Amino acid sequence: MKKSDITILVADDDPDYLYQTVFNLEKAGYKTVAVESQAEAESVISKFKPSLAIFDLMMESDDSGFILCYKIKRKYPDVPVILATAVSHETGLSFSIDSDQEKSWIRADKYLEKGIRPEQLDQEVMKLLKL
Amino acid sequence: MPGIQGVEVLEYIRKRNYDIVVAMITSYASLDVAVRATRDGAIDFIPKPFTPQELKSSIENITKQQYLKRITHKMNQEGKKVRYQFLSVLSHELKAPLNALEGYLRMMQGKQAGELIDDYATPIERSLQRIQAMRSLIMDLLDFSKIRLERKEEKIQEVNLAELASDAIVTVQPYAIQMDVSINLDVRTNVIIMADPDDMEIVFNNLISNAVKYNKIGGKAEITIDSSDSEAILIISDTGIGITKSDTENLFAEFVRIKNEKTRNISGSGLGLSIVKKVVELYHGTIKVESTPDVGTVFTIRLPKKTVTIP
Repeated sequence: MKKSDITILVADDDPDYLYQTVFNLEKAGYKTVAVESQAEAESVISKFKPSLAIFDLMMESDDSGFILCYKIKRKYPDVPVILATAVSHETGLSFSIDSDQEKSWIRADKYLEKGIRPEQLDQEVMKLLKL
Repeated sequence: MPGIQGVEVLEYIRKRNYDIVVAMITSYASLDVAVRATRDGAIDFIPKPFTPQELKSSIENITKQQYLKRITHKMNQEGKKVRYQFLSVLSHELKAPLNALEGYLRMMQGKQAGELIDDYATPIERSLQRIQAMRSLIMDLLDFSKIRLERKEEKIQEVNLAELASDAIVTVQPYAIQMDVSINLDVRTNVIIMADPDDMEIVFNNLISNAVKYNKIGGKAEITIDSSDSEAILIISDTGIGITKSDTENLFAEFVRIKNEKTRNISGSGLGLSIVKKVVELYHGTIKVESTPDVGTVFTIRLPKKTVTIP
């Protein structure tokens, strides 16, 4: 599969993170669909199957990303999902998917801290899509 | 007791850190034993002989103390939790703009959008907006620490609310002109209360700038100052985007920003209203909000007029 055949759904309510992620992904050669809320993401998912999805964790609610993750996996079990958040470990609010219990219900394929370098993001995407 | 002294049992309990309350029953309450027992954690002495009534009231007394101790402990724990949450959200709010700026700068550093400065118009504009938002967050945090730390009795003085309101209007005016929002001040009664003027300034600045910020282009903001026998009444109303009933419930919490299509281009720290509420409560006043989406919002503040003692 060529990168230009791949469409990535990106949902983030931070317009800058969204702009930059989309910019970097397109620069790397992917197509993107950008949305700014959980509601918009849900409406996209209902009509369209992306090749991969990147969700921000906290949007309208604190767990928007988890909910999107759950919903997209139920509809398209084979679409890889990356959860991204600026909430980091040292603040005590960590949302990594480490324990088995978490893995069983947060079915994201990858958890990424925001501020990731473009090359790294490209690599993670390629790894998940087995390019 | 056969083979062992009550105080020895007490020591045994203390060493193992059991959460047990001990009252000593003794027939010869010498000062010496009392001191040692109290040091080892006995709460009460019941001298022999005692009536059932004495035993009962002693136990009631102990239970009450224990209950209070546990409640205090629980409240301290919760206090820590709230503080902890505050810090984690704060760190998130501070990191998000930094991440955005870093991303844009890296984009420019790598000349990823092109060779010309004009190719970076959006990143530059957005960076400036994020810096502005971060600055207002820092200003709000300063207000926040002021109301928490700088509580000084000598700053309490007679404050003319109408004067402070018109000062706040002047501050917000440039922004109001941009938004084409007209601000009207209606002083029905000239109210003077005893307060720290800085505190009242925080209240007016936040509410009046919100009344402009969340308004429609060409809208109106109305500030009314009135009083009843015992209270100063401030009403700040706008013809703005409004808030849904369910969103008003969380409106005064720290870092709560109502996120929807209408607010997404409005920047704010999510601290302003929580600060306003804290100030109002410091003066034993109340704040309430009534709102209709797309029609407008009315904030009503009532402050006691009499001289207040600030804790």
